[in-house]
Amino acid sequence: MISEIGHFALILGLGVALAQTILPIWGAQCGNLALMRIGTSAAQAQFVLILIAFIALTVAYVTSDFSLLNVFQNSHSAKPMLYKISGVWGNHEGSLLLWVLILALFGGAVAVFGRNLPPDLKANVLGVQGSISVAFLLFMIMTSNPFLRLDPAPFEGRGLNPILQDPALSFHPPFLYGGYVGFSIAFSFAVAALITGRIDPAWARWVRPWTLMAWMSLTIGIAMGSWWAYYELGWGGWWFWDPVENASFMPWLSGTALLHSALVMEKRDALKIWTILLAILTFSLSLMGTFLVRSGVLTSVHAFATDPERGLYILGILVIFSGGALALFASRAQVLRQGGIFAPMSREGALVLNNLLITTACAAVFIGTLYPLALEAVTGDKISVGPPFFNATFGPLMVPLLLAVPFGPFLAWKRGDILGVAQRLSVAAVVTALVVIAAYSISGRGPWMAPLGLGLGIWVIFGALSEIAFRVKMFRASWEEVFRRLRSLPRSAFGATFAHLGIGVMVLGVVGTTTWQNEKILEVKPGEIVNFSGYDLRFDGVAPAQGPNYREQIGMLIVTRGGEEITRLQPSKRLYDAPKTATTEAGIYAAWAGDLYVVLGDELKEGAYTIRFYFNPLVRLIWIGTLIMFFGGFLSLSDRRLRVGAPKRARVAQTAAAPAE
Amino acid sequence: MIRFFAIIWLAWLMTVPVKAVEPDEILKDPVLEARARKISVDLRCLVCQNQSIDDSNAPLARDLRILVRERLTKGDSDAQVIDFLVARYGEFVLLRPRFAPHTMILWFSAPVLFLISIFVIFTAHRRRSAEVAAAPVKALSAKEKRALKKLLRRG
Repeated sequence: MISEIGHFALILGLGVALAQTILPIWGAQCGNLALMRIGTSAAQAQFVLILIAFIALTVAYVTSDFSLLNVFQNSHSAKPMLYKISGVWGNHEGSLLLWVLILALFGGAVAVFGRNLPPDLKANVLGVQGSISVAFLLFMIMTSNPFLRLDPAPFEGRGLNPILQDPALSFHPPFLYGGYVGFSIAFSFAVAALITGRIDPAWARWVRPWTLMAWMSLTIGIAMGSWWAYYELGWGGWWFWDPVENASFMPWLSGTALLHSALVMEKRDALKIWTILLAILTFSLSLMGTFLVRSGVLTSVHAFATDPERGLYILGILVIFSGGALALFASRAQVLRQGGIFAPMSREGALVLNNLLITTACAAVFIGTLYPLALEAVTGDKISVGPPFFNATFGPLMVPLLLAVPFGPFLAWKRGDILGVAQRLSVAAVVTALVVIAAYSISGRGPWMAPLGLGLGIWVIFGALSEIAFRVKMFRASWEEVFRRLRSLPRSAFGATFAHLGIGVMVLGVVGTTTWQNEKILEVKPGEIVNFSGYDLRFDGVAPAQGPNYREQIGMLIVTRGGEEITRLQPSKRLYDAPKTATTEAGIYAAWAGDLYVVLGDELKEGAYTIRFYFNPLVRLIWIGTLIMFFGGFLSLSDRRLRVGAPKRARVAQTAAAPAE
Repeated sequence: MIRFFAIIWLAWLMTVPVKAVEPDEILKDPVLEARARKISVDLRCLVCQNQSIDDSNAPLARDLRILVRERLTKGDSDAQVIDFLVARYGEFVLLRPRFAPHTMILWFSAPVLFLISIFVIFTAHRRRSAEVAAAPVKALSAKEKRALKKLLRRG
């Protein structure tokens, strides 16, 4: 019964989405305010309906209702509750429902919080947003309906893939979709602006909070995925340049560029055409990621995605939305008025450099991901594009970007004083130089790039700190004055500082773990003591254990340093009951200097096991850095100026009319 | 989402999901072993998706690792080992695509795009500056003058 309600709500949602698409845009065309307002109520109604559908499916999962085909295929009654719930989005159909739910959530949020938007812009935004819902709801109902019944209902389900049964991974998809789908708002705003033909700094001001929210969500989503890969896949890797990872990374890169270019548009009324294009591209990349992952073109082994009909449908959505938006862009871009000019050495100039480097990096990832597909389609040659390619093309673009990051916030708008900025960054430069020299003297004959890489991270960190120090007149004014200034700084200023600081911290982690990772693979007998990276690890054999839906073999290791016990590590091998799958759980001891990471291998003779020992220096900083970035976004979002609303039209008109020099 | 689907193949591969290189494969000569590791990082495990033979625990990856080590012990250079594997399995085995006519677009499009973008930014900047410099300063309209006067009086 509940499932039928959910099914019905889903179909009703499609009807509402259709109304949301057609009526407000029509109303905006003929200036009918009543029709335009329908968008607001339709967007909210649509969210409620899809929420009902989502709750219905969740109830089916929680109660293990195997009369639903989707539940039967992806759930099992013996699963812990957390994984029954996360199982809802652990499969193609359910994850699509989550996708549409978040889409409706964002649409509903614009309807509710967008009170200060001009009515025609709001109507168009909600209309475009509704059309995306229509496309995905149709797709779902026609090819991927999660509410299909099974008769007779089986007694037991097939179970969720055990490797998905992990807390970090449970919340990974909602965050990821929050990012993907959140960028749809920027897209809808861009298309709406092209329809109305009016683009001004206020536009950027409305779009930026939504883009920032999506960006934060995607940041956390990607970080969670990487964190999961690190401890679950069992060799301490955290990024593999896998096509599915790239599919989430490309919208992140382009979304990052969008955040920066929208800043120029908001503050200086420049880069307007580019910002609109970037908004369209960012969501197109999100759609493309969805297509790549679900269509089966990437790797023939994506289990949910082998249905070519689905792939074609998503390709259709991609072509219609991206193609349509780009065509609209091409026909309208000429009409958009160019904004103010600026000298190359200015805040705007720095942000253009940021956009240039990030979008080129994004293009490199794009080409590396799609080239093998294109080549095979054209010539039939099969080649691989793996991590070495991405490291060689993506890496070099990041170096100038990171070098430039500290300069950006110091430069004045319109025309900056590069020498003055260099002077203000001198402390950061000195600290960086000291760290590089110290790193060289400690690492000795280690990899020569590593100290420079560390220096890059330190440079970005101290560059960010210098900016705040300068703004509050640290060491140049009395402490009272400094504190007064600190309090009066807008939160968004701290937002940028923290985001940049996070990047620097992450760079330290990336450099540390990729260049100084230590590894040892040994046959270890019970009672044997292994000396590794300054720790002594005593192997006490292996003990069996029983989990809720798996059996496991737990290796016991006692870690001591200088005779003192530090921790006990229990790397294990699990065998899940349904479906029958083995997973490894690494034993990890986390310290600031680095992680001790131990993986239990196969049993050899007489109770001896293969054990792999890794020491991953500074690896925590990768995820701590992303958290700091997230926090920066949060600070910026909580800034009153963003919430309290956009400037009224009259003021905008004045800014635009100001004579450019 | 991404991860979720990535896992499907991973799960298939991971009947015994432990990384690569078994103790018995490791060569006695540390220099040769280091070379072997360096080569295997760039070689694809053909039955896996996007895993190097250094990372993969699949039986084929093990065979390839042993093969690489055999060739090295026989005195092959790194390039010879790689050529041997390409001759056997095709270029699909290389995670680092070769520089060749059919990969020119792959290797060069990002740098070329970068240069084109710089050119576009540069010309757009110059055109815009020239435009602004050439544009006559528009006189205020009667309405604007009135508004200005009103403001000035109030101030």
